[in-house]
Amino acid sequence: MHDLLPYIVGLMCLFGSFFVLVAAIGVLRLNDLYMRMHAASKAGTLGSGVLLLAIAVFVQDASVVWRALAGVLFFLLTAPISAHLLARAAYIVGYQPCDLTTQDAIADAAPSLREQRNS
Amino acid sequence: MTGEMFLNGCLIVSISVLLIAMAVIIVRIVRGPTLPDRILGLDTLVTVSIGVIAVFGIITGFPIYVDIAIALGLVGFLSTIALANFLLRCGDDTLTRRDHNAPARRQDNA
Repeated sequence: MHDLLPYIVGLMCLFGSFFVLVAAIGVLRLNDLYMRMHAASKAGTLGSGVLLLAIAVFVQDASVVWRALAGVLFFLLTAPISAHLLARAAYIVGYQPCDLTTQDAIADAAPSLREQRNS
Repeated sequence: MTGEMFLNGCLIVSISVLLIAMAVIIVRIVRGPTLPDRILGLDTLVTVSIGVIAVFGIITGFPIYVDIAIALGLVGFLSTIALANFLLRCGDDTLTRRDHNAPARRQDNA
């Protein structure tokens, strides 16, 4: 098991940094704010969470493992909240999705949301 | 090839990949046609920085870097919420350029 430890940590580092790179390329290449948000909040959270778990596996101290797990749980809780708030604010202010978007589920509710904002 | 050599190679490769990701995101922040694109870029930059700090913790062997990563995540979450609130209150055409790929903004009486 101890011989395998550097290999596991190295592969976890490669995995996490690969997903962070995927998130960055998605943020650069996708068409629209709402599409870019998918790449940033899913792949980015997975990548940095795996990197935090890699340091927990590397150190193998109980306090570090628990703190890393708490950090991963915190990131998993907060990433959707911040992405949702940013998308909601951008939609209410009036940034339209691009032409590739086929469904707009809150198009009916948008005028009342904007009135709430302006009042 | 021993485990140490493999781990060192993986750490060098992963920190290089993370720096490339940071450069790509900075390109998006500079280019980003609208204000929410830049906010999203800053949020993603915080995520990449957490990864860089975790890899630094493995390189140096100090587990204290986990605490720094958690604190940075907290600050990034709060700053994203604050910037979204700012966008909701005073985001308008005077602060943002129009996105040329997207259709024109909705006309409303505001």
